[in-house]
Amino acid sequence: MKSLLKMTWIETKLFLREPVGAFFTLIFPLMMLFLFGSIYGNVPTQYFNGRGTVDISVPAYTAMIIATTSLVGLTITMAAYREKGVLRRLRTTPVSPLVVLVAQVIVLFIMTTIGMLLLVVAGKLVYGMRFDGNALSVVVGFILCCISFFALGFVLAGIMPTARTAQVVGMVILYPMLFLSGAGFPRELLPEAIVKISAFLPLTYVVTLLRGLWIGDPWSQHMTEVVVLAGIVVVGVVIAVKTFRWE
Amino acid sequence: MNAVVKVEGLRKSYKSTIAVDDVSFEVQESEIFGMVGPNGAGKTTTIECLEGLRKPDRGLVNVLGVDPQQDGHFLHTHTGMQLQQSNLPERIKVWEALDLYSSFYPKAANWEELLAQLGLEEKRNAPFAKLSGGQKQRLFIALALLPDPQLIFLDELTTGLDPQARHTIWDLVREVRSKGKTILLTTHYMEEAERLCDRVAILDHGRIVAMDSPAELVRKFGGEERISFNVDQPLKQEFISSMKPIGQLTIQGERVSIQGETGQASFVYDVVALLAKHNIRFRGLRTEQPTLEDVFLKLTGREMKD
Repeated sequence: MKSLLKMTWIETKLFLREPVGAFFTLIFPLMMLFLFGSIYGNVPTQYFNGRGTVDISVPAYTAMIIATTSLVGLTITMAAYREKGVLRRLRTTPVSPLVVLVAQVIVLFIMTTIGMLLLVVAGKLVYGMRFDGNALSVVVGFILCCISFFALGFVLAGIMPTARTAQVVGMVILYPMLFLSGAGFPRELLPEAIVKISAFLPLTYVVTLLRGLWIGDPWSQHMTEVVVLAGIVVVGVVIAVKTFRWE
Repeated sequence: MNAVVKVEGLRKSYKSTIAVDDVSFEVQESEIFGMVGPNGAGKTTTIECLEGLRKPDRGLVNVLGVDPQQDGHFLHTHTGMQLQQSNLPERIKVWEALDLYSSFYPKAANWEELLAQLGLEEKRNAPFAKLSGGQKQRLFIALALLPDPQLIFLDELTTGLDPQARHTIWDLVREVRSKGKTILLTTHYMEEAERLCDRVAILDHGRIVAMDSPAELVRKFGGEERISFNVDQPLKQEFISSMKPIGQLTIQGERVSIQGETGQASFVYDVVALLAKHNIRFRGLRTEQPTLEDVFLKLTGREMKD
């Protein structure tokens, strides 16, 4: 336990010392919010069912943070730790190297949460963001989304041979997905054909679930998303365990 | 003397290649035991079987009284390890690594003291990636000493270091041993093995081809000792024939060299006495002892390659 706490604290510091990761988790989503907020304001519009750009962007950007921390942050860190022998060194200590995996998940979860809170605070203070959901439901939905994407991150880290390929493949998967799933900008602006493609992207379900819970949709309206994301957790964990390598 | 490590008939293969084939040896308490050999000779595989990182195909391995495959936790609590291919996160600071690793051991040594002992105090706040090769290795030694272990594994400790850093590391290893700890190391530098180890096992193609103290190996397998000197005048036939029983003589211009069998205690004396008897004046006398490198060449028939 003492080791896990120390490891988590060190991984937190290491996360913040990596400027790129910290930027895309904590700063970049805020910049997006201010950019589109300053262009469109937060005036209710019929496009978004009587809500403003900021109202629907905060849950969508939260989805963006989840995807970035898992598919880039988690994947690269794990692949690099394996490739460089960090995990190997840990295997020669009495402490299970699982500690570093758990610490990694805790740190990324905390950072993703902070990223979301920054968006919420900025949205509220600067743009008077409306929130019609149930806070507890949003938290539960957020945790489900995080777990399912962390599982994907571990799968990717397990399959990719090196940290370098993990980084490239992570980016290649992440960027198109950000735009097609509605995480980067509203899906309402995308043409019909692309919206159809987006049904195949896991992130689409995160965006839909979070946006829905944000405006107070009941869970019963989002069973598809829950089933898909829970399915990803199960399948992801199985594959991640099978493909995981210490070295 | 107690055997800290016992290996009997160890065998390990990867797919079609046999990495270690029927290796047996023992390491006694508070000795520095070295495994030498070229890359791919099976040194690292052997050490990794002892550390419990690899499962032997056959044979008996016993470290500190336990089977590494059965009781890895005990082993990892009581031994210190420095691995050939291992690393720390790039941005972790020296003190953070020591602090973190010391939380892994029930009775960890005081890491502040280790920091000073290994000369890393100035680098306390430096990130791992900014350390020089020698500093990284010193940090790894510090991490290996954290459990206050009885036995320490050092795998290719000085590979890639400059000579000065290498000497610093050798001094550190001797200092650690002087505290009664047992050290098992691998190296492909013969000089390192010769200077540091009490006993050496030479590995080639996964087998131990010779094992003894460096001096004894040199005596047994080192071949000839050589004396050379310069003379001003041509040597007389009488001198040349009386040199025959002592050693083989070759003349290249002014330079004369004589090769004798190693271990002939009086070789140098015999040659010098004969020179004096014949009243031959000589300059630039040099004696060359065979080294472990020569032993290696003789036993394996090839050069050490980096």
